[in-house]
Amino acid sequence: MAMKLHEYQAKQVFADAGIPTPASALASDVDGAVAAAEEIGYPVAIKAQVQVGGRGKAGGIKLVDDQDEARDAASQILGMDLKGYHVDRVLVEEAVDFTNELYVGITMDRGEGKPVAMVSTKGGVNIEEVAEEDPDAIAREHIDPAFGMHPYQARKAVYDAGVDKSIANDVASVLTTLYDLWESRDGSDAEINPLMVTADDDVIAADAVMNIDEDALFRQPELAEMEEEAAGGDELEQKADEYGFDYVRLEGNVGIIGNGAGLVMTTLDLVDYYDGEPANFLDVGGGAKAARIANALDMVFSDDNVDAVVFNIFGGITRGDEVARGINEALEQFDEIPKPVVVRLAGTNWEEGMEILNEDLVTVEQTLEDAVERTVAYAAEVNE
Amino acid sequence: MSVLVDDDTRVVVQGITGGEGKFHAEQMMEYGTNVVAGAVPGKGGQEAAGVPVYDTVHEAVEEENADTSVIFVPPAFAGDAVFESLDADLELAVAITEGIPTQDMARVNKRLTETDTRLVGPNCPGLITPGEAKLGILPGNIFSEGNVGLVSRSGTLTYQVVDNLTNRGIGQTTAIGIGGDPIIGTDFVDALELFENDDDTDAIVMCGEIGGEDEEEAAAFIDENVETPVAGFIAGRTAPPGKRMGHAGAIVSGSGTGTAESKISALNDAGVPVGDTPEEVADHIEEFLA
Repeated sequence: MAMKLHEYQAKQVFADAGIPTPASALASDVDGAVAAAEEIGYPVAIKAQVQVGGRGKAGGIKLVDDQDEARDAASQILGMDLKGYHVDRVLVEEAVDFTNELYVGITMDRGEGKPVAMVSTKGGVNIEEVAEEDPDAIAREHIDPAFGMHPYQARKAVYDAGVDKSIANDVASVLTTLYDLWESRDGSDAEINPLMVTADDDVIAADAVMNIDEDALFRQPELAEMEEEAAGGDELEQKADEYGFDYVRLEGNVGIIGNGAGLVMTTLDLVDYYDGEPANFLDVGGGAKAARIANALDMVFSDDNVDAVVFNIFGGITRGDEVARGINEALEQFDEIPKPVVVRLAGTNWEEGMEILNEDLVTVEQTLEDAVERTVAYAAEVNE
Repeated sequence: MSVLVDDDTRVVVQGITGGEGKFHAEQMMEYGTNVVAGAVPGKGGQEAAGVPVYDTVHEAVEEENADTSVIFVPPAFAGDAVFESLDADLELAVAITEGIPTQDMARVNKRLTETDTRLVGPNCPGLITPGEAKLGILPGNIFSEGNVGLVSRSGTLTYQVVDNLTNRGIGQTTAIGIGGDPIIGTDFVDALELFENDDDTDAIVMCGEIGGEDEEEAAAFIDENVETPVAGFIAGRTAPPGKRMGHAGAIVSGSGTGTAESKISALNDAGVPVGDTPEEVADHIEEFLA
């Protein structure tokens, strides 16, 4: 899983490493934004700092030429709802007068198990679309992680992409710096799109993407501190973060709790197979104790969309007795069970679990298929 | 017969003095696995789970003839532990640890091309040859001896499918959990090749999931090289693009690669039936063996 830095955070990281970026300032209120614009000098771009793609099209980026326009744009963007995300900060940034837009990026090629550096002269547009429609427009150079990127590889990628000779060295230098950052900061993706080329043949990073491997945050304390600020998203997803669950909220009304990603995904698929709609993916992980199980139920109950819950545990290192205790603990606090819960226990200590489980509070099924089918039926009854 | 692990396997457990390492070393021994040593830096000379602990894997190899390691080392140090196993020239290293930084695994991946050691994992349940030995955390009691080879990216999904098989009296030669990370050692193609060359394996179950292109590569490999009948399962049909479903590797990218449809159709094109439910996978295997 990757932790995504905000644009302003990524730009700071890039600028500190010596990659040219436009003059900019962060603002959280309209007066602050206008003051920043005055300081930088017009024209400036006012950019919503939220973690969604296509900000420009959605009205989250505006180019302004004077104080009145800056005030209008900042008032519109601050506080707006951008694809479900509340905008509480804007980056006020010098508008760069460019003649050309490039793309440079580093990511992990999972098929090859190696990092790959990418350069394209088709910058400024969605690079995934370019990759699909015109794959040859992106030059790729795989990097041996034991050596890092050799300077010739950066040059080769730039030449292969057809970047103009007059700026090739500068672009190669940006690419080299970007790789070093990606490596030293445990990046999963590092991207500049667009890398703008000015009339004076300067290159400048007009946008910045830096996603960090969450598994490596323990050795990136400086970036881990940014995580708090970068966090966002759905209230339930934030709650799941606090509990330490792998959780994804979906659209349906059948709540799903299980252990192990593959089995939970399979449970989702079975809900769909039996004509139900999954409300969520929730993996309690391996070896969950009773308290964690109770938290999982609390999470799913607090989703208003959920009408019934299926609890499917196949114990390996997770023990059926702990699961049963957790379910009892969570349900015994209610005078009336808020939503029907169907439980299927298998694997380690499932028999002990069945003895402990308070069967007055839940419906028990023996197989995964029966448990899902029953839950879907309960959820459908609620909607009748 | 079986693949990769049997009752001759001599195991060193890296991280045997930790809670999980000790517990599962004992569980493995109880199942019949020949655990001969532990390796934990600074703990050399002690004893854990009834076997001697050495400071290094190299010593465990020298003193106890260990040929296989099972790694229960915390994620920050697990990459290093894998390198140590590779450097000690073991036949097999099994990394159970979840959450190893991806860049560490990229460096391990590079090293693997330079050694003869096979890696299974990381972020996997391990592997088991029922009735002989298990390496890792799989619950031994659900498995049974038989003639079906099983390879899976997910631990608990493996248990589910094995349960469906065992309930019908269908046993397994070996079950291999290859792990849910983007960069892993042994992949589907490697495991399929092992089962194809194993005389006792008469049918193969392959459980994949969304993300990456390993299942598509496996389908191409089956088409060209595998005579043994294979039945498949793909988890994550209902997963929305861009959302990671638990495993670091289980994500349909924005550009549409890694979808369940693409994997299922690649497998079908290679003559592999893909079950809609785990129960249907068992149906296919039963037909193969009839």
